Amino acid sequence: MSHDGDVGARLAFDRGAPGRRAVDVARWEGTPAALPPPGLLRDAVRLPELSQGELVRYYTELSGRNFGVDSGTYPLGSCTMKYNPKVDDLVASLPAFAEAHPLAPAATMQGTLRTLAELAAMLGELTGLPAVGLAPAAGAQGELAGMLMVRRALERRGDLAGRRRVLVPDSAHGTNPATAAMAGFEVTEVPSGPDGSIDQQALARTLDGDVAALMVTVPNTLGLWERGIEAVAARVHEAGALLYGDGANLNAILGRVRFGDLGFDVVHLNLHKTFSTPHGGGGPGAGPVCATPALAPFLPAPVVTEDADGSLRLVRPEHSIGQLQQFHGSIGVLLRAHAYIRSLGIEGLRAVSANAVLNANYLRALLEGSYALPYQRRALHEVVFSGSPQRREHGVRTYDIAKRLIDYGFHPPTVYFPLIVEEALMIEPTETESRESIEAFAAALRAIAEEAERDPDLLHAAPRHAPIGRLDEAGAARRPVLRWQPPAQPAEPRDER
Amino acid sequence: MTAGGGAPTPYIPNTDADRALMLARLGIDSIETLFDDLPAALRDPAIALPPALAEAELMRLLARRGAQNAAGERPSFLGAGAYRRSIPAITAHLVSRSEFATSYTPYQPEISQGTLQAAFEYQSVVCELTGMEVSNTGMYDVASATAEACLLAARVTGRRALALLEPLHPGTADVVRTYAFGAGLRVDTLSAPQAMTAEHACLVAQQPDFLGAIRDLESVAGAAHDAGALCIAVADPFALGLLRAPGDAGADLVTGEGRDLAGPPGFGGPSLGIFAARERFLRQLPGRIVGRTRELAREGHEPRTGYVLTLQAREQFIRRERATSNFSTGQALLALAFTISVQALGPQGLRRAAELCYQRAHDAAARIGALPGFAIVERGPWFQEFLVRGPLPPAELARRLAAREITAGLDVSARPEPEARDALLFCVTEATAPEHVDALVAAMGTIGARS
Amino acid sequence: MEFPPQLRYTTSDEWLHVQGREGVVGITDHAQDQLGDIVFVELPEIGRQVKRGEAFGVIESVKAVCDLHTPVDGEVIARNDALTDAPELVNRSPYADGWMIRLRLSDPAQATELRDAAAYQAALPAAPAH
Repeated sequence: MSHDGDVGARLAFDRGAPGRRAVDVARWEGTPAALPPPGLLRDAVRLPELSQGELVRYYTELSGRNFGVDSGTYPLGSCTMKYNPKVDDLVASLPAFAEAHPLAPAATMQGTLRTLAELAAMLGELTGLPAVGLAPAAGAQGELAGMLMVRRALERRGDLAGRRRVLVPDSAHGTNPATAAMAGFEVTEVPSGPDGSIDQQALARTLDGDVAALMVTVPNTLGLWERGIEAVAARVHEAGALLYGDGANLNAILGRVRFGDLGFDVVHLNLHKTFSTPHGGGGPGAGPVCATPALAPFLPAPVVTEDADGSLRLVRPEHSIGQLQQFHGSIGVLLRAHAYIRSLGIEGLRAVSANAVLNANYLRALLEGSYALPYQRRALHEVVFSGSPQRREHGVRTYDIAKRLIDYGFHPPTVYFPLIVEEALMIEPTETESRESIEAFAAALRAIAEEAERDPDLLHAAPRHAPIGRLDEAGAARRPVLRWQPPAQPAEPRDER
Repeated sequence: MTAGGGAPTPYIPNTDADRALMLARLGIDSIETLFDDLPAALRDPAIALPPALAEAELMRLLARRGAQNAAGERPSFLGAGAYRRSIPAITAHLVSRSEFATSYTPYQPEISQGTLQAAFEYQSVVCELTGMEVSNTGMYDVASATAEACLLAARVTGRRALALLEPLHPGTADVVRTYAFGAGLRVDTLSAPQAMTAEHACLVAQQPDFLGAIRDLESVAGAAHDAGALCIAVADPFALGLLRAPGDAGADLVTGEGRDLAGPPGFGGPSLGIFAARERFLRQLPGRIVGRTRELAREGHEPRTGYVLTLQAREQFIRRERATSNFSTGQALLALAFTISVQALGPQGLRRAAELCYQRAHDAAARIGALPGFAIVERGPWFQEFLVRGPLPPAELARRLAAREITAGLDVSARPEPEARDALLFCVTEATAPEHVDALVAAMGTIGARS
Repeated sequence: MEFPPQLRYTTSDEWLHVQGREGVVGITDHAQDQLGDIVFVELPEIGRQVKRGEAFGVIESVKAVCDLHTPVDGEVIARNDALTDAPELVNRSPYADGWMIRLRLSDPAQATELRDAAAYQAALPAAPAH
């Protein structure tokens, strides 16, 4: 650890000294060609000048100011922060995969293409939706792909002009309404009923002939099964609309029930969640879409296809919504997810959902009584508590509870989401936490509930044992400082005339 | 659950004994009970997956698959959007630290300062390279970042058409069309900036252009502004070690691909979309933004400097259907790698690497152009890619080189530009092995002599 | 929390202070408290005509974003540019320094259709501790 008390005040830009360098670059030894005219060339670029050791120490120090799944329990609801197998990283870094140029001829890329085709087939099998597009770079782009497929399908059947609306439950991730808007639809919110599932009567009232699709997260963001989803699917299809599935929570139902069997037309998956690719501090991820055969022609480009001679190549589906990236998608992430599925097989994946759900329910049982449980139903992969009593009775907000958890050595859960739960604490332990670590986490939250009664200011002041204390977020937004600026030059002596 | 009652997989710690304790606490006999809400008729379908593989078996399978990829080892002269770079060794070392790699979006700044401060470094590096005032923390790739830039331009101008200036990477143009389909925007392809009209929200221009030539961005930006539109420059950040910063030349928004400086090409992904803008568009930016701030009062201490996600009211989780984008999980780890590579190179190193790239490419082109039957198409100043016409049709030339285990430049002969006629687009960078260039020149010499 | 009796209130938590043919608009103490730390206020151009219930601007806090709705019809004749550099004025002084726009009222009678302070306060949800 540094003895410098204010690491944040000194960027790489503020360290080192002119003339230092972290790496050597060869000089051109041959006859130099003339450079382009000066008008096309830049002035000197301002970048840090550090020796290699200094730069490595700086970023090593920064890494010490971070908390990852490898650091400890990270029960961030709806994010599925499970342990990431290291062999999957190793596979993706094999030079035969990692060094390939995206435009390399298909004949020279059969190993990668075979692996991608196998991944697509496995995801199709797991979702019951066999038309799979691997191109989307993340869940939100997968959503966009899915909703553009809906748009294209309606357009192809001459039904787009009349179907302007997309229905989204009030418990949905913010990406769902944002995606529907990006895909050119108007959003109508559908309320959830007292049991946390979609209010069927409210749905019936708004589900008209002008609806393009209903977007549903299964299980929903309360960690609950969406009761009657098969009936919802039938009703949506009767109205001529499509059923979109947000597969962010697939971990709960892996191998147990399939989107296709439930009546979904298209879903996106988050491979960095369910299939355990490292989250990377906020990406990269991958967000494949899985769809019914009827929607296959609309999949994002490219998809892998097999020719009669058994060779593979990338093609553009007939009525594709188009490409989502300049090349083919997050290949490195796809390779990791493939390795994960191949390591576990179907029995291993069923053990994933079994243990994820057991862990969440065990945690629920250990915390019941300490925090309010707005929905009394059995949990699936995650459980949503409310800190409302703590706020009402002790003036302690969920925000304070989350900060205090840091002092106990845990990453806090997702807070203030879903929006329909006041002071929400959304906890997803995942299957890779042991019984003991769940018990330790629950013990910490129970201790915090007691602290809230006894000494609320302890929570208001938390965290005390973190690399930095609470930050002035309002100040950051009011007067944004968003990049390094060189220190102000000392003023030149004024020329008195 | 498993024979012998052990843990079911190496990644699941709980044994049958643990599960028995937990189930007892829940007062149920079986985990299956927890799934009672799922529709019984659809429960536990038959799912056919290949059998599970132990770690060593998995590595053997993938090593076999890898051996079916010939592309990695061959001399390759493909560029066209993905450029092999000499990546400093420390980059892979530092980004593999699991405190970086296994964390997520920094929702809790107190224990995410590593990710947040590194993102601030990234924004700073991007602003310096592009000559822009603000940057987000990165997007999926250059093409989707460009599409988001077009959506921004349409929002702020209120115009419903986009202009793409050729030659533009076809993948970028394709992605812009995909996003424009959702937004209901028209996409026009222009062969000259003067074709801009008052209907266009923006003009998208690639630097260097898709066929390798360095543009005079100032005149492009001028034409866009004359039409009341924004200029979106799609710039190669490595080339900006040498070339004029697009912001300095008048661009309003700059996008670019950061993958090449983050690591190996990886068959094209994951990637890193650079997105930088003039300050006046700050509240219209898609994606995450990190800001610098200070601790709230800390008893007995001077508040320390820290970093937070900021200006979040633009984002989907607050603004929902009215957000600037649905963007959520991005490319943080690639942004970190990009930042470390650029900072390791430093101001002199980046300039020298860009010049080395320029010189190696020009030397290779000169050698090829001197071969009987071969010519380099003259297009003015260029950086690392050049158009080659040979004694054979492009596809045939590429086939003959492939027979010698050399991957030729991209066949661009079907493109509309006259200069692309009968041509292959070759790329040589600072990371291209000199002996690969020697092999190419020798092979071309042989092919030229025989035809 | 205070709700000055001389003001009229909307159901979307704006207030209107009628001063002859003109009116000043802001948001209530309750609204600023619900929003939390306000970080940005976007206000309309002077001269813009606004219709009752229509959004005239946007207010952002660290955790939320809301439209600002005009209580009555009118023309924007002034706006509080101090909020650009100091949006926290809305938190500190919602009824005075945190004012947003001044309108020339198209129909002053519209103001009588708004709630008075007692009715507005009665309709608020019970406040939690802290």
